[in-house]
Amino acid sequence: MSRTRFTRRLPATMAVVGLALAVAACGGGSSEETTTVAADQLKPNADLSKQSLQVTVWEGYLPEELPKRVKEKLKVENMNIAYHDTNETAMAKLTASGDSGVDVAFVSGQYAQALNEQGLLEPIHPELIPNLANLYPEATQLSYDKGNKYSVPYTWGTTGICYRSDLVKTPPTSWNDLLKPPAWADKKVTMMTTERWLALPALKALGYSVNTDKDEEIEKVREALMAQKPHLLTYDDTTFGDRLVSGEALMVEAWDGWCPTTNEKQNIKFVVPKEGSDLWVDTMVIMKSSKNKEAAHALINYILDPEIHSWAAENINYKVPNKAAMDRVKIAPGSLLGITPAELLNGESIIDLGQASTKYSRLSADVKAK
Amino acid sequence: MKSEVKARPVSPARGRRLGALVFLSPGLAYLVVLMLVPLALLLSDTVFQRGRFGGIVYEFTTENFERLLDPLYLNVVVNSLKLAALTTLIALLLGYPTAYLIAQLPRKWKTVALVAIVLPFWTNFIIRVYAWIMLLSGPGLVNSGLKALGLGPIEVLYTEGAIVTGLLYSYLPLMVLPLYAAIDRLDPQLREASANLGASAFTTFRKVTFPLTLPAVMTGSLFVFVPSFGNFVIPELLGGSKSIMVGNLIRDQFLKARDWPFGATLALALVVALVLLLLAQSWMARRA
Amino acid sequence: MRRSKLLYVPFWATYVFLYLPIVVLVVMSFNSGESAYSFEGASLRWYGELAGDERIRDGLVNTLIVAAGSTVIATVLGTMLAVGLARHARSKLLDAIALMPAVLPDLVIGIGLLVLYGALQFTLGLYSVVLAHGMFATAFVAAVVRTRLTGADTSLEEASRDLGAGPVTTFLRITLPQLAPGIIAGALLAFTLSLDEFVIAFFTIGNDDPTLPIVIYSMLRFGVTPEINALAAILLLVSFTAVIAGQRLTKIGERGPRAQD
Repeated sequence: MSRTRFTRRLPATMAVVGLALAVAACGGGSSEETTTVAADQLKPNADLSKQSLQVTVWEGYLPEELPKRVKEKLKVENMNIAYHDTNETAMAKLTASGDSGVDVAFVSGQYAQALNEQGLLEPIHPELIPNLANLYPEATQLSYDKGNKYSVPYTWGTTGICYRSDLVKTPPTSWNDLLKPPAWADKKVTMMTTERWLALPALKALGYSVNTDKDEEIEKVREALMAQKPHLLTYDDTTFGDRLVSGEALMVEAWDGWCPTTNEKQNIKFVVPKEGSDLWVDTMVIMKSSKNKEAAHALINYILDPEIHSWAAENINYKVPNKAAMDRVKIAPGSLLGITPAELLNGESIIDLGQASTKYSRLSADVKAK
Repeated sequence: MKSEVKARPVSPARGRRLGALVFLSPGLAYLVVLMLVPLALLLSDTVFQRGRFGGIVYEFTTENFERLLDPLYLNVVVNSLKLAALTTLIALLLGYPTAYLIAQLPRKWKTVALVAIVLPFWTNFIIRVYAWIMLLSGPGLVNSGLKALGLGPIEVLYTEGAIVTGLLYSYLPLMVLPLYAAIDRLDPQLREASANLGASAFTTFRKVTFPLTLPAVMTGSLFVFVPSFGNFVIPELLGGSKSIMVGNLIRDQFLKARDWPFGATLALALVVALVLLLLAQSWMARRA
Repeated sequence: MRRSKLLYVPFWATYVFLYLPIVVLVVMSFNSGESAYSFEGASLRWYGELAGDERIRDGLVNTLIVAAGSTVIATVLGTMLAVGLARHARSKLLDAIALMPAVLPDLVIGIGLLVLYGALQFTLGLYSVVLAHGMFATAFVAAVVRTRLTGADTSLEEASRDLGAGPVTTFLRITLPQLAPGIIAGALLAFTLSLDEFVIAFFTIGNDDPTLPIVIYSMLRFGVTPEINALAAILLLVSFTAVIAGQRLTKIGERGPRAQD
């Protein structure tokens, strides 16, 4: 069991870094730190044919033929993919035992941050990943991991309201349309159940930060969510798209990539409410316990190849933070892929709040308990 | 019928000890290694603190036990008790007559009836739940049926009624199978004797059949009650997370809050409550 | 034997309740749309997709391996435990230990085992799932077999011992045949519980190829399609056929009197 001891306090500033600042600071800054961590054991010319890769990722998140191509191209001995259903179960698996056998894991930004804080991640060695240059400059300054020290972004997006444009009387523009649904939408709205996203609409509607740890602000959110509960169809963060298609729900809180806007006949649209939203990032990380770190870096480098990385945008409709890849993608009018990095960066990225994150767990239990 | 013969080649005490060793040691060793040891490992966490980002800080604290008294968690416990007890009661009312009639079937149909009880569970849980969502939803089959009967539509899906339906559906076989095993064992002569003595069918059931199957009633009830109490998927999918249960609390601590010490404390509280139930069950079974 | 007609009401209610969703599930397997829970039109599309889906097929094979393996372990050890506890050692504590895996939340078992296997530096795989499933299934088998043992007539067993048979011989020749219906019920339960178990399997399988429930849960993020319904429909058809065929076959060899009743 490797359970690391954490008494060190993070500088409070880290918890509330504004993204505008991040953009302004983009470019310099991080280079001296990355060179110090890069100096240790990894060999750029290691014999990859003696290394095997174990990846854990969400189902359908990577091209199916990727392992075959990686074997051919990188000449690694083998590549195997395991699948996880949620960030949470992946975290439990990665943290419970000293060596999960995983080399590269796909988890969302704030989870990468928590894994790193627990000392479980290998620092990214940028000299082994020349394709990092393909990333948008904005994608190297994300607040959970400025300078991509231990994680590399794979996809990114935001959270908003996904709705049936043919069935709503007036298109939603504000989080309050979801929190206080009009009579025609009574019991036809859904909210996400994962705690930070459960709180997000109310936090933004009230003008708070998505990363607040102030008790009085969280209490206000609790009140808003309790008031909403009788008018809610259900809490759901997996099948809300289907609910819109079937007409069971009219407006749902949704991640952009999950909002099925592509079929015109279904009349489904997506809006980022005027009060603002978050910026979520799904990342690739390398486990410290990995014995195949050179191959792991090579894999990440290969995935950042525009040809491979554009697959996610073309096939699963997720924006990728890779300029060279996005330039290859034909974006249909109205497609959510058209949201630009600058627009995305208006969103505030969710970071792990450390001890204060248990406040959100309690909030979630409190709202959902009868 | 009890044998009074005194001369035994194997002394009873020695036979019993040998028997205990032969029959119990493999199973108990297995359970100790794979259940008690991991449980002990987890439960040792209850006196430590959550690290800032998950993980465990090995500094002694009693805070986790204090948090158990939070009225929020007590509310969830009370609500879970209510839903699990209701599920168990309905399972018993449906399951006992079913097991009773299966046991009376001609032998060739018995196995078929028994397998038919578990067969639905050889399909995947998620799609069974989706099937229930379709049945219970606003325009679903249940409401269409009610409409045909001239009854108004009712709101079932995402209510506690839907949770109980889902729990009942998931655990009904756990009630039927132990009851069947016990009822099938009963000597029909007992019931005939009772009937010959002029007892009504109901009196025979009340005075003869039911008391003899009481341990199985306890076992079946436990098998339904306990997993219902600890379930977290059904309150989410069929209850729409609008009314969570103890299982959700424990899951959320381990997975969402990554607060293993408190998750382990909640689990410990659950285990203690369940062991008390088990001891009660064992006591009833020994008495019967 | 007198039986109230009223008893048939809950009896049939049970079967209708159990099979109503199964009918819906089978109907949905012919859905032409992408969703496992909103019907768009009839087609055999998903049966075609199923035929070419290796992940689902491998998942099914792994699930059957785990279910069969854990059922064998649980049936043997569970039956022995039940007999030992009922006949040889009277201890409420041991009773409680034998039942405990059946009442522990699956998440606690799963994470506990993950910590244990991690501490032992055990490489995880399909076999660690077999061991884990066998563990909780043992408790179920033991409990079901127990319900047939408690208060049972022990005169035959005593007679056997009086005639000089040891505990093992007595068990094999006398107790076991008497227990058969309980053992069958227990084994059915063990097999059924393992087939659909997700949480413990997820945590104990390591990076081996997943069982079917793990495959299906991991699909949740991108939507569960009616392909799973098609698989379920085929499995049900095969199981029903096997049960009916089995029933036809046993009918022939079944003239003798029953062991007990």
